[in-house]
Amino acid sequence: MGSFLLKRCGVMFLTALCLTFIVFFLTNLDPNLEKLTKSEGNQRMTDVQVENWLQKNGYRQNLFKRYGEWLGVAPGWTREDPDSGAVTGRCIRSGVTAEEAPQFCGLLQGHWGHSLVFKEPIGGIIIKKLGLTGWLMLWVMIAMVPMALLIGVIAGMREGSKTDRTLSTFSILTTSTPEYVSGVILIVIFASRLGGLRWFKGTSQSAMDNITFENFFLPVVALALYGMGYIARMTRASMAEVMTEQYIRTARLKGLSFSGVVVKHALRNALIAPFTVIMLQIPWLLTGVVIIETLFNYKGFGWTLVAAVGNNDIELMMAASVVAVMVVLITQLISDIGYVFLNPRIRVS
Amino acid sequence: MERLGGFEIFGQVMWQFLPVWIALIVILFASVHFRDRLGLYGKLFDSPIGMAGLVLVLFWVLTAIFADQIATFDALDQLSGMKNKKPGWPVNGQEGRHYILGGDNLARDVFSRMVYGSREVLVIAPAATLFAFMVGITLGLPAGFYGGRMDTVLSFLANLVLAFPVILLFFLLVTPEIRADGPEFQLWGGHKWIASVPNLMALFLFLFPIIFFIVLWVSRYSTQPRKLTIYLAVTLVIGIWAYLGLVFNADPLGIFYMDPNLLNIFVSVVFVNSPTVFRIVRGVTIDIKTRDYVAAAQTRGERPWYIMLWEVLPNARGPLIVDFCLRIGYTTILLGTLGFFGLGVSPESPNWGQTINEGRKLLSLYPHLALPPALALMSLVLGLNLLADGLREESLKD
Repeated sequence: MGSFLLKRCGVMFLTALCLTFIVFFLTNLDPNLEKLTKSEGNQRMTDVQVENWLQKNGYRQNLFKRYGEWLGVAPGWTREDPDSGAVTGRCIRSGVTAEEAPQFCGLLQGHWGHSLVFKEPIGGIIIKKLGLTGWLMLWVMIAMVPMALLIGVIAGMREGSKTDRTLSTFSILTTSTPEYVSGVILIVIFASRLGGLRWFKGTSQSAMDNITFENFFLPVVALALYGMGYIARMTRASMAEVMTEQYIRTARLKGLSFSGVVVKHALRNALIAPFTVIMLQIPWLLTGVVIIETLFNYKGFGWTLVAAVGNNDIELMMAASVVAVMVVLITQLISDIGYVFLNPRIRVS
Repeated sequence: MERLGGFEIFGQVMWQFLPVWIALIVILFASVHFRDRLGLYGKLFDSPIGMAGLVLVLFWVLTAIFADQIATFDALDQLSGMKNKKPGWPVNGQEGRHYILGGDNLARDVFSRMVYGSREVLVIAPAATLFAFMVGITLGLPAGFYGGRMDTVLSFLANLVLAFPVILLFFLLVTPEIRADGPEFQLWGGHKWIASVPNLMALFLFLFPIIFFIVLWVSRYSTQPRKLTIYLAVTLVIGIWAYLGLVFNADPLGIFYMDPNLLNIFVSVVFVNSPTVFRIVRGVTIDIKTRDYVAAAQTRGERPWYIMLWEVLPNARGPLIVDFCLRIGYTTILLGTLGFFGLGVSPESPNWGQTINEGRKLLSLYPHLALPPALALMSLVLGLNLLADGLREESLKD
């Protein structure tokens, strides 16, 4: 188990390095830098001025060196102005002299940079937005997981029965309805004049301060529906497989009631596979979160990502990407470890 | 002129789809009649779920084919006084013509845009899925068959792409800026090629179909030089011709051409899908390579690539066909997502995702703008998923 964990973490570390580098490369392409320069300086800068500005601010160093600086494993650049003798550098902020400034300042040291759009330090923005999205995710999980497991278990209990067919078709229907479709349909039915019901609000802007049933129901349901079908189908497959096992037959033959067999013997083994699926569903939800937060105007992490990309806010984009990538990798790790931990039949040497 | 009522609207929509109904009935009757000779496809008619899926998918395929006959207006026609009009609204000055499902924010016909939108999806989604399968199969077969260091490296790369949040990848990869960034190369005939990230990816990914077919023919017909020469020549001529046209945009005859916008989307979608296909093919190969017929082929002295492509691959078709259907559905959703964020599509295009995005801003006032494309997209994906489910059920039976 120890060496498995070590190896798994090593692979994860390598993956994280590669992915953050790709993100760094894609966000620091020339056209993006040029746009950044013009928004920092002014829109009518000539190409020579842009080039000068980029030179001056350390954007024209080797890509790997810059990646190292951004990560915080390479010392930040410093530059002495030939005319005035003033020293500028990556780690030299206003109010800090060149001597006092730290040598390294990157992600690892907690220097996440400054957002152009929000005019705030990025670390704070990310934490705040993650908190908002965390609430959304929490409620989605609360709504999605029990429903999905219930549907899956009931459908898989008697494979091929009418209940199974109905529930399976329902799960296929939900997996075929992406968030932007279900969101639109739900808003039309429950929050517009045409549907006439107007039970809920079509926007969740107010949920950022105060979550209520009225303003949070629709986004949660839209997100939960799309993810639910997949988990339900996996649970069903797993349950159906378990129900054909010898020990289930033995338990039935020794006189246990059907419900007793399901609850006592089948459920525990049938729920191992869905656990992995649920964990892996979290990164999947990320796309949904971006869509739903845009659709319902809920300014969480997904909305921030869209805003950062739309405004070419390079540092915010990179920070958000790092967080997204880390969420994916950590959930994958947990799902792997959990699977091994839960399933005694898997022996890792 | 009167506005159409609810039933009239329904009737009109049904009537417009008449070519689809006729073709659908003909196809279904023919299929049921010859079902015994149609293999897996014929068996689909035993499963109600599979049938329902097939009907939905066929409906949209036929709609895409007959779009010109079905649509009542052009997708870009803007008629005066039709902005945001309700379904069934009569067109000014044109006796007897209506915007069946209303007009959108730019006074275009919602119904016709939905019909033309099916074309966009049904060309790109299957094509991109096919390319992803070529890449996945060409890399997955050897990885599963040989194992070892190559498998480790390829699996690591596949997991790398899979760990990348899809939406983030699209945000970074499908931008107008990225397409123009890179060293420029002068090609023949005044064509220019920019070594930008999407173009380089196209350069790499579009090689796979050519490689796949070359290896396919060489492994099979290496003892029949005449047949091999013919097959290779045809593959190379068509392959290189298409390759020049699609990747370098320098087809001498101008038949193969892809808009840079579209190429960007296409390549990104292929790139996102191929690692999953790789993983499936690899898993199935690892399973199948322990079978007796593979051992028999090895004893016969067959080459590894022959075994992979002509023994393992045909026997892996069940899960692959099922995944192909599912993946087209998933790609449709992805394309919708791209359209929803306005990534890489022109503002006029009747793309469903984009139409939904335009309509959602006015959702509480004019729900008829976003609803038709939303339901269209849902029914197509539902059809593909049901079809996949039916196929899975039927292929498990034998």
